[in-house]
Amino acid sequence: MAKIATRDAYGKALTELCEVRNDIVVLDADLSGSTKSGMMKKVAPERHFNMGIAEGNMMAVAAGLAASGKTVFASSFAMFAVGRAYEQIRNSIGYPQMNVKICASHAGITVGEDGASHQTIEDIGLMRVIPGMTVVQPCDGPEAEAAIKAVAELKGPCFVRLGRSAVEVINDSPDYKFELGKANVLKRGSKVALVATGCLVHEALKAYEMLKEEGIEVTVVNLHTIKPLDETCLVELAKTHDVLITCEEHSILTGMGSAVCELLSEKQPVRILRIGQKDVFGESGKPAELLHKYEMDAEAIVKAVKGVY
Amino acid sequence: MNYQDRERIALNMRANILKMTNQAASGHPGGSLSAVELMITLFFNEMNINEDNLNDVQRDKFVLSKGHASPVLYSVLAAKGFFPESELMKFRNLGADLQGHPNMKSVRGVDMSTGSLGQGLSVAVGMSLANKLDNNDFRTYVLCGDGECEEGQIWEASMAAAHYKLDNLCAILDFNGLQIDGNVTDVMNPTPFDKKFEAFGWNVIDLENPYDYTQIEEAFAKARLCKGKPSIIIAHTVKGKGISFMENKSAWHGVAPNNEQLKAALEELGVQ
Ligand SMILES: Cc1ncc(C[n+]2csc(CCOP(=O)(O)OP(=O)(O)O)c2C)c(N)n1
Ligand SMILES: [Mg+2]
Repeated sequence: MAKIATRDAYGKALTELCEVRNDIVVLDADLSGSTKSGMMKKVAPERHFNMGIAEGNMMAVAAGLAASGKTVFASSFAMFAVGRAYEQIRNSIGYPQMNVKICASHAGITVGEDGASHQTIEDIGLMRVIPGMTVVQPCDGPEAEAAIKAVAELKGPCFVRLGRSAVEVINDSPDYKFELGKANVLKRGSKVALVATGCLVHEALKAYEMLKEEGIEVTVVNLHTIKPLDETCLVELAKTHDVLITCEEHSILTGMGSAVCELLSEKQPVRILRIGQKDVFGESGKPAELLHKYEMDAEAIVKAVKGVY
Repeated sequence: MNYQDRERIALNMRANILKMTNQAASGHPGGSLSAVELMITLFFNEMNINEDNLNDVQRDKFVLSKGHASPVLYSVLAAKGFFPESELMKFRNLGADLQGHPNMKSVRGVDMSTGSLGQGLSVAVGMSLANKLDNNDFRTYVLCGDGECEEGQIWEASMAAAHYKLDNLCAILDFNGLQIDGNVTDVMNPTPFDKKFEAFGWNVIDLENPYDYTQIEEAFAKARLCKGKPSIIIAHTVKGKGISFMENKSAWHGVAPNNEQLKAALEELGVQ
């Protein structure tokens, strides 16, 4: 099966957008080859600005461009885009609701060998607590392309969380549809629903197959938009299942799992387990090894399902 | 330590930098190779750091502000005997002490966890302030990248260091002219360094050949002699130094040599 990293799909989609839209300006912080923001230089080099290793400055510059009518895409590694420049994002992009799309790559523990200093496990939390910030995490190439095109149409601040590693293409069927804020139900089962986002959608699907062999059929949902949450879908899942298990490559604190808990504890209380980084820093290692060690792989999901089934 | 012994260690460190990134199939050889001689002189001649004082909370300290160059730090610490050389070949592996970027909690002799650029100089300011508070003679050293100087925080730290007259602080600038996306002057020109640091109140020391031990020692001596100001040694380095096909190429910033390239590089060094 074809594999592509969501950051590569970002580069491709951004290039296509820049070909047809003159209002788009792209910023990067010395990582344009890695985040793939540099791909659009083929079609509009004059609209790509390398801001150097200066993420805080880059985000406030993005705000200035947006205040002057530009649609800005600003990229770096998620650790530095969100971490280093947090307050600039909060006050210069979030507060005035600037039209800036923060497209950050190398998110989560699957960054791998660089280790904990580069593995953001708190960026979803940091971004979703900013009022008016849309937060999206595509799970594969086609979804990343669709997400980039969707956020380009949206006015206002957005955070798109992209991965370093190549992931399998699953959203390539002709009837695949991406709609911001609308979760995609991938498998219909009973009792337990896996609510996954980003690269853990693939682990959830693997877990589904493993469980099916043993006669257990669970529901699998791809929650690509973490803010705004798809309330209708989540409430319906809570009504029709005994347990929801959230799966994300992020801290179990403040992430997508937390967001789902916050919503459902008020709207439709149900038991929820959270799979994610359990309030510890990561470490160097290969992405698959890390997902296994920190219990975010298909095996860990299967175990969690069996524990409640 | 005499020059001959340092030459021998330098050769071994270069080989280790190449081997450890090769076995990890990741890591940053370019910016590690550029600072080998500087690091050897620091750890074997300039700083007072050894088995006996290693665990002291205060002593001469070193901060690798450009934390991605962890291979050069780890290989000099192994040469000092702080951990077995065999550990180097577990670099970046799951469960290893030698993390991709320096982790002070897991490696003996690493004085600060780094990896996010622009913060190490501030940390070194903090260490130097503590030494001033406690009226001791310990010195703090910090290695920064030229691309790293694009971070505004470097200049915030520079202002603070001069403001508090931290003459016990010595920064070393690895001025290799390259960052990830290309030449520093093309990506986001941070030069001129000498005039900028002078204007910020620093004693600026130009080190023309940072591969010449006499020149390196002289630069450190000048820094020690200067009172009332922090010092910065501007080292005109070569990224990828010592391996002809890696020298002055930004492509070798964060890419490990494959087996074939490793073999060629080791042959060039004349080591196994
Ligand atoms: C805050 C931050 N932003 C971005 C990075 C990614 N990064 C790692 S190394 C590097 C380039 C560093 O260039 P330079 O300081 O010149 O180092 P050297 O040439 O000595 O390797 C970048 C952008 C980072 N580690 N930290
Ligand atoms: Mg450099």
